[in-house]
Order: sequence, then structure tokens, then C-alpha cells
Amino acid sequence: MSLKLKIENLHVRVGETPILKGVNLEIAQGEIHALMGPNGSGKSTLAYALMGHPKYEITEGTISIDGTNINDLDPCERARLGMFLAFQYPVTIPGVKVADFLRLAVSNVRHPERKEGESLISMREFRTELRETMKQLNMDAEFARRYLNDGFSGGEKKRMEILQLAMLKPKFALLDETDSGLDSDAVRVVSEGLAKLSGPEMGVLIITHHERLLEYNKPDFTHVMLAGKIVETGDASLAHELHAHGYAEVRKRHPEEAAQEEEQQQEATV
Amino acid sequence: MSTDTAENSDVGVGDYQFGFHDSTENYAFTSRKGLDREIVSQISEMKGEPDWMREFRLRSLEIFLEKPMPRWGGDMSELDFQDIYYYVKASDHQEKSWDDVPEDIRKTYDRLGIPEAEKKYLAGVKAQYESEVVYGSLNEDLAKQGVIFTDTDSGLREHPELFRKYFATIIPPEDNKFSALNSAVWSGGSFIYIPPGVHIDFPLQAYFRINTQNMGQFERTLIIVDEGASLHYVEGCTAPTYSSDSLHSAVVEIIVNKGGRCRYTTIQNWSNNVYNLVTKRAAVYQDGLMEWVDGNLGSKLTMKYPAIYLMEPGARGETLSIAFASKGQHQDAGAKMVHCAPNTLSRIISKSISKDGGRSTYRGLVKVEKGAENCKSNVVCDALILDPESKSDTFPYIEIEESQVAIEHEASVSKIAEEQLLYLMSRGLTEAEASAMIVTGFVEPLVKELPMEYAVEMNRLIELQMEGSVG
Repeated sequence: MSLKLKIENLHVRVGETPILKGVNLEIAQGEIHALMGPNGSGKSTLAYALMGHPKYEITEGTISIDGTNINDLDPCERARLGMFLAFQYPVTIPGVKVADFLRLAVSNVRHPERKEGESLISMREFRTELRETMKQLNMDAEFARRYLNDGFSGGEKKRMEILQLAMLKPKFALLDETDSGLDSDAVRVVSEGLAKLSGPEMGVLIITHHERLLEYNKPDFTHVMLAGKIVETGDASLAHELHAHGYAEVRKRHPEEAAQEEEQQQEATV
Repeated sequence: MSTDTAENSDVGVGDYQFGFHDSTENYAFTSRKGLDREIVSQISEMKGEPDWMREFRLRSLEIFLEKPMPRWGGDMSELDFQDIYYYVKASDHQEKSWDDVPEDIRKTYDRLGIPEAEKKYLAGVKAQYESEVVYGSLNEDLAKQGVIFTDTDSGLREHPELFRKYFATIIPPEDNKFSALNSAVWSGGSFIYIPPGVHIDFPLQAYFRINTQNMGQFERTLIIVDEGASLHYVEGCTAPTYSSDSLHSAVVEIIVNKGGRCRYTTIQNWSNNVYNLVTKRAAVYQDGLMEWVDGNLGSKLTMKYPAIYLMEPGARGETLSIAFASKGQHQDAGAKMVHCAPNTLSRIISKSISKDGGRSTYRGLVKVEKGAENCKSNVVCDALILDPESKSDTFPYIEIEESQVAIEHEASVSKIAEEQLLYLMSRGLTEAEASAMIVTGFVEPLVKELPMEYAVEMNRLIELQMEGSVG
């Protein structure tokens, strides 16, 4: 049975500033959703709020998985329920080897009941699986011994996110501009990687400005965000249209949100 | 594992933080509390030492009494020199039982995966680890090559000439108040001599040394690595050294002769009632290499600055140090490099972690004497502060009396970024696991220099230190 990630009337603020103002979205396992929208419309905020970033405070509404409210869960608990966020800016953790980090992460996510200090998944099985997954993603085995994101190029960091996605096998994957800042080869590698991994067991939310990622991972639904709300939902052709013509038409169709957007921008520049 | 701990196995002297109250009746000999000529003479007599050593001890006592307390470093206002037993000789039959060992200590030993026999040894239940067989064969092998590896008291008895030639030449009693104290009341420690050209290709561990006496408070170690020889010596213990002693004041002297190499690795984890005031110094001659690898956890106050004197051209020195200061602890640690000759090289890498109100201080000196041209020195100190209550300071002193030198100093202070925690937690790590992983990564460049089993234990120790520290 496929699980659903349900977002209802979600309001989120950062500090005193409200960013999300009533987002509704439902993602089932096996579906691919694209989330588009101009800068500052709240796309990354939605991703962080879904993952449980402590700075992003939910003031109203709910996030639930299969009917269970996860509003109060921390990122670790959400990860163990099957949530995953591929970060737009993956963080460097100096001195921590990719393999050591992943073995702990995989142990926790696959055995959500695991307590601190309890044994990890078998080293041998883990190594074999890691090696094979890296091979599938055309990654050099040497990556596993490097320090996490330390000295990685932009493309390497994004591939590392995809590797983590592959190893953790989430039920719901959120990709925050995984294709940004990459040259076209790197975008292709990441896009192909994602296409290999997604399937009936994974619901995917792709946040993107570009279309490339969506060429390889055709969305079942495209959502447009403006001033903290999802204002339109369509199919893959909507993504295509936005890519070709930008957001001017969308703003015209939603004057109220467009006005709010303008207000926000003015406040930000003051 | 080590003798530091072994030597501290006189649990039960006085009161201590774990609530032990044990009489000293079971000990063969206990000097009265305090320090004076009579006690120092008594110690020397008990050990059956030659006159010169007794005179040396008495002279050192005078120096100790004359010298003022240091006005820098940590707070020692609660340290009462007259409230300490300076010499305790344990009886042959220790009466302590495993059940008397506090549960948290036992649990820690379990978590560290320390074997049963060893646990009892560390806890002071057993006088010594049952390793005679291992030690015996090891000793025989080394002896064939002319290596001397014994405790310092035996060194004085069995190798009087060699001993006297080097003893207190690197750290004389006049050096500082605590080296004077150690010189007056020293007991135990390691005495090692590696003959010219002999390479020992495994780390010599104090752990394997058999002590007839359990002394740890004022140990005295003397190591001589002769021309072209090499040694890796490991002392200290990654299990919490649990001891009633309120003062630990060791002296370690090392001589690295021409072309010799010596690495001295220490990991110490004292119970947090201990003042750990240690003087460590090495003199390195032409083309020789000295490396200190120094890990400091626990204690109330640690003041320790392993020094290397680069005496002749081509000599090199390197110090890697890790300090972890937790609640109620002050780690005042660092390194000294003294360039006395041209073309000498030194490097200091120091990493400190402060948490739960702990305080860590890096205190270092790089000194270049007149005439020591073309010296190079590189100092890197990084501090990681885990919460707003904790503190870190850096005092890098540089004294240069020569113009043709290259001295570099870099320092950084960082906090665990919220973004790092979020990133790791979003992969299913708990907050404590995430913090521990970040800290482990921070010290990784040093931990990877440790022998394998120490590296594993160091990481486990850090995890233990980190547990429950957040949330």
C-alpha cells in the first residue's frame, strides 16, 4: 500500500517573518512532483520545514505521513520515518569519512528503533552495498574514504547527496535545487542517478528552476509557488511553460499573491 | 593501557569523589601526610637508594619549598601540599574487591570493551595485569638487543652509571616548582634505553611493564634513544584513571641522540578531582626526530606543555595534542619548541574541545636562539567550543633572536554549526550522535596518528564524553 505525505494549510515563519502562508500538497509514494516558483517564493522553506529544521517554525497547519502528524518530530525522527532532503548547499563535515557517516545513517534509518551505542549494520554487507551503489552511480570507490563534502566540487557534493539517497532509500525524497550550479554533464549524471532510484516505493518532490532534471524525471504534477502559497498545479506541460515563459503569466493570474511578493521584496531591500 | 593507571591503583587513600572511604591499614608502608626532610629521607631509605639520590631528593625539596607557585595557568588555590601522602607502598595482598568499584566506572570499562583482568587492574583491584608471559618473552627479545625497559626504581638499581649520566639532565629540579617536587618524591615511571641502531618496530607500552610497586602520583620517566635508534613508547590509559590522588606531577625526560627517532604517545583520562601538573621535555641531537602525541581528558586542572629542545642542526620536533575539557575541568596544555641550532624544524598541532562549561587553553612557545638560522616552525591550533558556557583561550608565545627564520602560526576557534547538526540529523543521526561525529571528525587528523587500538578507544571515549551532552 502506498503511503502519503500530506501537507495541510502549512504556515511557517523564520524568526518574525512569515514565509509559508497556507501550503497544501499531497505526495504519494511512486509519484514525482515538481515545485517551481520565483526566488523567495518559499520553496526551500517548504523543504526545510518538511525536514524539521529548527529555525523554521510551524505556526499553523500539519505535516503528516499516512495520517500521523509529524510536526513535532526532529529531523532524525523524520529521517527514520522515511523522509530525505537533498540539500541545495550540502554541509562539510571535516574529518568524518563518507563511509563511516553512511554506515551510522543507514543503521539508524533501516532500524528506526536502534538506540545510541547499539551495534551497526554488518561492516561487510554495508561495504559491498556501498561499493555496488557507487558503481551504479559512476562514482569512484575512493569517495567513500574522503571526508564528507570536504574539498568536494559542486558536482561531487550533489552526487554525494544522490549516493545518500540511494543508500537510505527514503519513502519521500525532497530535492532542493539539486541541479543548480552544475555544468550540463553533472546535471545529467545527477538526473540519471535520480531516475534510476525513484520508483513505486519513493515519492519525489523536485524543487528546481531548470528543466533538465525534469527531462529525466518526468513529473506527474507540477506546482507553482508564489508568496508562500501553491497557486497552481498542473502536469509536466506546466513546468515546460514556466521554463519557456517565466512567471509573468502566473503573476497576472494571481494578482493578490503577486502584490504580496512585491511587498516582501520591498521589505527585504529596506 | 598503562602504568599510569597501574600505578594509581592505590585506591582508597583518603576520600575521593566516588565516595570511597578506605583505611590505609592494608598498605605495607604509608608515610604520614605532608612533606618535609624526614619524609623525603624516609622515601629514599625505604627504596634503599644510594646517597647521591637521597642528597638529590633533599636538595630538590629545598628548591620546591623556595619556589613560589606559578602565577599563570590554572587555578591551584585549593591545592594543599601538606594534605597529600607522598609515598604509599601497597601491600602484597590488595583487599579491594571488584564489587567496591563504582558502577559508572565499571560501566565505562564495559563500554570500552576492556578485558576482565585488565579492568580489575585499572580499577586498582588487582595489583598488576596478568601479562607476565607476554611480558617475559617480550622482555627477553628486547634484552638480546641490549634494550633496557624497566621501571625507574629498578633502572637506578640495575644500571647506576647510565642512569646517573642522564637523570635530571634535561629537567633539573630548578626548572619549575613541580619538577622540584617530583625530584624530591619521585617513584616509579619507565626507564628505557635503546642502543645505537636498534629499531623497535612495535610500540613499547608501559602497560607491559611490571611494577613491583604501585606508584603513580610522582612518576619519573627517563628515555634514552641512542644514535640511529628508534622507539615508539605508549603510556597512559584511555579508561578513566580512577584514583584518590589529588595531585599527579610527573616528569618525563627524553634524549634522542644523533639520527635517532622517538615518538611518545600519551592518552590520559584522569578522574576529575586530579591536578595533573606534568613536565615533559626532550633534547634532540643532529638529524634526530622527537614526536609527542598527547591526549588529555579528564582531571580538574591539567597543565602540560611537552617541550622539545632542538640542540643540533637537522633536528626535528613535532607535537600533536588533543585536549577535551568538560564540566569543571580546565585543560591548560600546549607545547614548547626551542630551536638552539640552525636548520632545525618544528611543528605544533593542537586541537581542543570545550563543553559543558569546560575551559581549554592553548599555551605554546616557539623560541629561536641566536645563531639558529634557517629554522622553520609551523603552529596550528584549533579550538572547538560546544556550548556558550564553555571557553577557549590561545596564548601563543614566540621569541625569536635570529632573522633568518620562518615561523607560521594559525589559530581558529569554531562552534558546531547548526547546519552541520541539521545535515547529519536529517540522515537519521540523533543530536548526540551528530555532535559526537562532528567532534570525532575534528580530532581525526590527530587520532589517525595513534596506534590502532588507541585510536578506536579515543573515538569511543569521545562518544562517551559526548553522550547526554545535548538536548
